[in-house]
Amino acid sequence: MSNMITVKNMCLWYGEHQALKNINVSIPEKSITAFIGPSGCGKSTFLKSLNRMNDLIQGVRITGDILYNGKNIFDSSVDVNELRREVGMVFQKPNPFPMSIYDNIAYGPRTHGIKNKAKLDDIVECSLRDAAIWEEVKDRLKKNALGLSGGQQQRLCIARALAVKPAVLLMDEPTSALDPISTSKIEELSMKLKENYTIIMVTHNMQQAVRISDQTAFFLLGELIEYGNTETLFSTPKDKRTEDYITGRFG
Amino acid sequence: MKDEKNFFEKLVHSIFLILGLVTVGCVLLITIYLIISGIPAIKKIGLVPFLFGKTWESTAEHASYGILPFILTSIYGTAGAIVIGVPIGFLTSVYLSKTAPKRIRGIVEAVVSLLAGIPSVVFGLVGMLVLVPGIRKIFHVADGASLLAAIVVLAIMILPSIIKVSVTALDAVPEEYENASLALGATPIETYFRVSVPAAKSGIATAVVLGIGRAIGEAMAVMMVSGNVANMPGLFQSVRFLTTAVASEMSYSSGLQRQALFSIALVLFLFIMLINAALKFFLKGKKE
Repeated sequence: MSNMITVKNMCLWYGEHQALKNINVSIPEKSITAFIGPSGCGKSTFLKSLNRMNDLIQGVRITGDILYNGKNIFDSSVDVNELRREVGMVFQKPNPFPMSIYDNIAYGPRTHGIKNKAKLDDIVECSLRDAAIWEEVKDRLKKNALGLSGGQQQRLCIARALAVKPAVLLMDEPTSALDPISTSKIEELSMKLKENYTIIMVTHNMQQAVRISDQTAFFLLGELIEYGNTETLFSTPKDKRTEDYITGRFG
Repeated sequence: MKDEKNFFEKLVHSIFLILGLVTVGCVLLITIYLIISGIPAIKKIGLVPFLFGKTWESTAEHASYGILPFILTSIYGTAGAIVIGVPIGFLTSVYLSKTAPKRIRGIVEAVVSLLAGIPSVVFGLVGMLVLVPGIRKIFHVADGASLLAAIVVLAIMILPSIIKVSVTALDAVPEEYENASLALGATPIETYFRVSVPAAKSGIATAVVLGIGRAIGEAMAVMMVSGNVANMPGLFQSVRFLTTAVASEMSYSSGLQRQALFSIALVLFLFIMLINAALKFFLKGKKE
């Protein structure tokens, strides 16, 4: 299995405050990688660096390299919009656009120049099927997406991200705002999606990391403390701090 | 003791109620007065000849009281101001809300507030001295005092309300929508026009309606630049608006002429009511 994303000596500052310290990590393709750690440890910040969403925040400065498919994403020849198409993102709070379900899914493809109605119809159906929500919404594609339940909205957001055919899906605590049933649906979906996509998920829920991820990275105070096979990390952590965290002694 | 307190509470409540009713009373008074004083002339002249008559010769021997020129001038003038003012105001607000650096935004917003505070007579004065001669030279017409001059002045006058209300609406668009769009690979500009603006559309519609209200009710500035002659409207014609028709003849009018002026005010009032109803409609849409 080859590495999709390789990060070398990456540091990130918010103004004067250093939020990430010398991160080195390689993320293999077609697998689920979980980022765990207490609030404010930098895991979400790191996730948002991978598709350069941090560019939008004023005062953020990054050093080091993030290689996506072997190419540095900060290179001046990289088209950041193309990068974000390939490295999709699902947010913590479901954030469908205030428009119809169909238009939500078609938004991305339309942005990238697809106008053909039949082709769009096809993409919408495929994406909704892949996100396991087609059966629930197929009869109301023209209805406003804000009328869906929270769990459905989140799967819609996943479908919307899939519609632009990304290679990587970044998920920022995608289930933290959802009920247990919706959560398990998203988890099942993630397990299925990893056959075709590289998934990187920030989670507060350690059971979730154990249940679905292949690799886990533990962050603490801006440092990557330990990274490795999920089973190994949770059963025989090498670092004392990892052990303290996963056994619930802090965090 | 308890009774005393109760009495005091009730007293204060009734004082507040009375103060609140002052506004309502004023509106009622104006409405009733306008209807009572506006109806007789319409009865005498006839509704159709009054609203659709093309000539207004109130001081002629055989007086003719047709206000179609005023109605059309007010509608064309307002529409023209909207056509010029809305794109400028709307794009300015997108710039201010989404892309302008903080410092520039602060400066522009301060200037917009200042523009809102300039008295309309000053707009009229500058229009008279700069715009009217300018139009005469550029378009080679005999007199620059025209509908076009009034449209330009009105377009500038409505900018502040359009910009302020649109900026507020665009600022209120949740950041999550914009982030979702950017994360799909849309550029910032695509994001503003395909996500932010549609999400703020009811606020922007409100801004446009406010602009219409401001434009149709303006009298002083347009009187000074429009030539104030009761012609059927044409871009380079001297024209008279509903507002200026009332203002310019009131001081020397008498008899049926005076009554007809009240009727014009009534028509203007109905236009304003219509615009307010539209505003209510858009604001209601916003809440839902």
